[in-house]
Amino acid sequence: MPDLLIELFSEEIPARMQAQASADLKTLVTDGLVEAGLTYASAAAFATPCRLTLHLEGLTDRSRPVREERKGPKVGAPAQALDGFLRSTGLTVEQLESREDKKGAFYVAVIDKPGREAADIVAEVLERTIRTFPWPKSMRWGNGSLRWVRPLQAILCILTGDDGAEVVPVTVDHITSGNVTRGHRFMAPDAFSLTSFEDYEAKLMRARVMLRPEARADAIWAEATSQAFATGLEVVEDRALLAEVAGLVEWPVVLTGRIDDRFLALPPEVLQTSMRAHQKFFSVRNPKSGRIERFVTVANIEAADGGETILTGNQRVLSARLSDAQFFYDNDLAVAQAGMQPWLDGLSAVTFHNKLGSQRDRIDRIAALAREIAPSVGADPDQAFEAAQIAKADLRSEMVGEFPELQGLMGRYYAAAAGRAPEVAAAAEEHWKPMGPSDAVPVAPVSVAVALADKLDTLTGFWAIDEKPTGSKDPFALRRAALGVIRLVLENDLTLKIKSILEDQYINTIISTVEAGLGSILLGESDGDENWMLGAYNVYDSQYVKMTSDEVKSFVVAGDVTLQPTIGDNGYRPERIRNKEAIANDLLSFFHDRLKVYLKDQGIRHDVIDACIAMPGNDDLTLLVKRARALQATLQTDDGINLLQGFKRANNILTQAEAKDGVEYSYGAELKFAEAPEEKDLFAALDAAEEQIAPAMRSEDFGAAMAAMAALRGPIDAFFTAVQVNADSQILRRNRLNLLSRIRTICLSVADLTRIEG
Amino acid sequence: MADRPTCFQDIILALQTYWAAQGCAVLQPYDMEVGAGTFHPATTLRALGSRPWAAAYVQPSRRPTDGRYGENPNRLQHYYQYQVIIKPSPPDMQDLYLGSLAAIGIDAAVHDIRFVEDDWESPTLGAWGLGWEVWCDGMEVSQFTYFQQIGGHDCAPVSGELTYGLERLAMYVLGVDHVMDMPFNAPGAPIPLTYGDIFLQTEQEYARWNFDVADTTTLLRHFEDAEAECARILAQDATDPRTGRTIRMAHPAYDQAIKASHLFNLLDARGVISVTERQAYIGRVRTLAKACADAFVQTPAGGAAA
Repeated sequence: MPDLLIELFSEEIPARMQAQASADLKTLVTDGLVEAGLTYASAAAFATPCRLTLHLEGLTDRSRPVREERKGPKVGAPAQALDGFLRSTGLTVEQLESREDKKGAFYVAVIDKPGREAADIVAEVLERTIRTFPWPKSMRWGNGSLRWVRPLQAILCILTGDDGAEVVPVTVDHITSGNVTRGHRFMAPDAFSLTSFEDYEAKLMRARVMLRPEARADAIWAEATSQAFATGLEVVEDRALLAEVAGLVEWPVVLTGRIDDRFLALPPEVLQTSMRAHQKFFSVRNPKSGRIERFVTVANIEAADGGETILTGNQRVLSARLSDAQFFYDNDLAVAQAGMQPWLDGLSAVTFHNKLGSQRDRIDRIAALAREIAPSVGADPDQAFEAAQIAKADLRSEMVGEFPELQGLMGRYYAAAAGRAPEVAAAAEEHWKPMGPSDAVPVAPVSVAVALADKLDTLTGFWAIDEKPTGSKDPFALRRAALGVIRLVLENDLTLKIKSILEDQYINTIISTVEAGLGSILLGESDGDENWMLGAYNVYDSQYVKMTSDEVKSFVVAGDVTLQPTIGDNGYRPERIRNKEAIANDLLSFFHDRLKVYLKDQGIRHDVIDACIAMPGNDDLTLLVKRARALQATLQTDDGINLLQGFKRANNILTQAEAKDGVEYSYGAELKFAEAPEEKDLFAALDAAEEQIAPAMRSEDFGAAMAAMAALRGPIDAFFTAVQVNADSQILRRNRLNLLSRIRTICLSVADLTRIEG
Repeated sequence: MADRPTCFQDIILALQTYWAAQGCAVLQPYDMEVGAGTFHPATTLRALGSRPWAAAYVQPSRRPTDGRYGENPNRLQHYYQYQVIIKPSPPDMQDLYLGSLAAIGIDAAVHDIRFVEDDWESPTLGAWGLGWEVWCDGMEVSQFTYFQQIGGHDCAPVSGELTYGLERLAMYVLGVDHVMDMPFNAPGAPIPLTYGDIFLQTEQEYARWNFDVADTTTLLRHFEDAEAECARILAQDATDPRTGRTIRMAHPAYDQAIKASHLFNLLDARGVISVTERQAYIGRVRTLAKACADAFVQTPAGGAAA
């Protein structure tokens, strides 16, 4: 049972690709070997910047012989058919067997595949693996046509058995396999030969190569933290960076350097981002002050001078980088302290979407909406307005231009520098949130108001220009925006009637795009281009006079508007604005779809949600979810389950009778026609339930309402057991049907139980 | 080089000597305004086709938007690149490169030299390649690229390309913090000159012209003229009526593509190209570059049978 060792030695493999590549190597080779009839005991793969390594233990010596039978054409079939079969099997007619079945005689090829030597199979599988390796991006080099991530320099492939190691001969283009590799590029560049994996790993270690990525990462982390600890500092944890750096070195050498004092006033996030993005440095923090005071760099060499030159060089590069950052920050602070006006003005020059105008246009809409929403979320309307106006100002700052990932955070620093209230500054950072399903939702009222306004405006805007997500395409992240709204509302327990907000915001979007010259108002009959203008104008004697906002609004509300792409577009693509209610309803059902996905993850059944969405007030998401939770809880009780059956029975009888009789039984049953005590009891029970349900619903106490509804289970069951609804007497029958109608009405006032399955 | 370099030109001379010793033809800069050494036809065109090639040269490069009136310690609108191109890329290209660092005084035993993923793409040339940026002690000192495609043509064989940002590299080797303070010739020369003595004033002049003065109407017209001329050259019959020979004019046409590219950069620096128009302009230059590449591969230098 030999061991197999493969090493593919190349020029530097991008760090981000190494882990996947070693996993792919393992999968492709082991799958190939198993498919060819070999087995193995264990497999492990490793990557360094210059090598992909695979080690298999306990590989079988040869594959088992296999007998394959292939059915061929009928005996006496046309010559072409037989020829084809012979070609594909490599046999002659004499070698074929003939067998009989119901349809007659046919040929069978019996192919005995003898067991093959493991080495032959390995060679074949490895060559195929190299030629078809799934690199995310690959290249050719020199004169060759082979593709690899960077030039492939050497192939090591040996089988180690009891009687020593043998090279598995593999040739891929000009590269022939051997039993040698090389050590560290600078510290041990000479080739050496090996006899086994243990030998390989030990010799590599002596040749200054740590084969295992986790070992390199662990070594880096252990050394970095111990160097930091020695000076009372701590390394800022960054797993992604650690994995990346471990992929940039074969022999990690950790060096801690100082950050020049003059940069320590920069926000720690700026230091961290700049060092990480450009230099791949770890940040080292003073736990007392929270300041980033040092950096850790990981070199790939034990330098002759102990790393002095390397550290000095890195420090110089960092200083140059941070000088840039400092320069941006100082310039930005000067703008911020003067009130940020140039940035706010500059947002007019930033296109948000060519049909929806600039960031400036959008911010005006968001600010107006944030002011509207503010009272519902407990925020001061003026503060929400102010916060929305400056929330995206940092898009124009130099720092965010350099480091887009600092957007929001810099907004907060700069708003504070501009002397804005802490709530306003916080909103600049928090209004972007939640960024994803696991990102925290803001709770500060001003931040919530702006975050909601931002997302609601985004959604209405893209709905207005008919850019909805389709299938897997959601280029403007609208699903994320809708989920953000849902989480903001639910997690803050907000009461917000979003439908009217969406309608209003839609109208505002249209007005704002028209005023920005992106849409136009139709003046009278559209019999020619002169009737269409960008922007909104009244025509007086061929003079165009700009409309007032109120005039624009009246046109928009009346629907006399067309949205038009851009001035440069060829020809008009007039598009009447759609009814605001249609847009709002469509958008609302988009919210409901997102909500279903969201609640499903929380274990709420889809039919339960549907039963609640069918109720009035379904644009109040908090209410909707409360109702759904109460209904789900009710349907998990005995009473609830039986009540549902009782309801369904009542509803079925009633529906059938109504269909048959062509009338609606909703006149109100009269107690005086009740005969059986169970019938009388049901009257009393319905009265009692109504008395409890109505006020409970008014106070949105769905739990109480549903408990009262579920309490009807007993009287309804008893009624159906004792009473025949379709009595001979028409008076009794009608009265009983009207009684069933009361059951239906009461239950449907709580939720649309017809949508519940089961 | 035996002695450590003491000035900017020592670095250039050391690179010239080194690459000459490796067998490269040491060419001179191309006599047109370009954004990078890659634009030199010795790279862009010669990387196409099957004929072997090895060249090294300094290329003055202009990036109008990078002008900082000479105030930024390492940003310039006019700077120098050192360019090496070898086709097919030799198997020991990395070692050859490391040898060039040793030649300018970067000792691999005390410095940390790393090859960090960096894929190269030039949308204006319709070109891409894979390779690295080479780091020395955390600083990017070169670009190392294996060309895969140029002007829409697959490169076969593949060229290896090295680009050194000379000022930055020299500043690092010489330990200078501001480019204008860097000695250009030997500090002990009878008339020692710094980089600033030579280029500070020109940086100011060009920054002003690039950002505020260049006449955009004229630039735009020149762009369109270059575009039209490029197309006109390439539309000529391959047979020269005067000599009766087959003479495809790939190089004169490519000069016009270079011109268009630089004029686009100037227009960009003047801030008159909007984000949406940008892509359209880049696409127009790429169309020219591709057409030139198409023509070049039909010429003898481009590997066509003579």
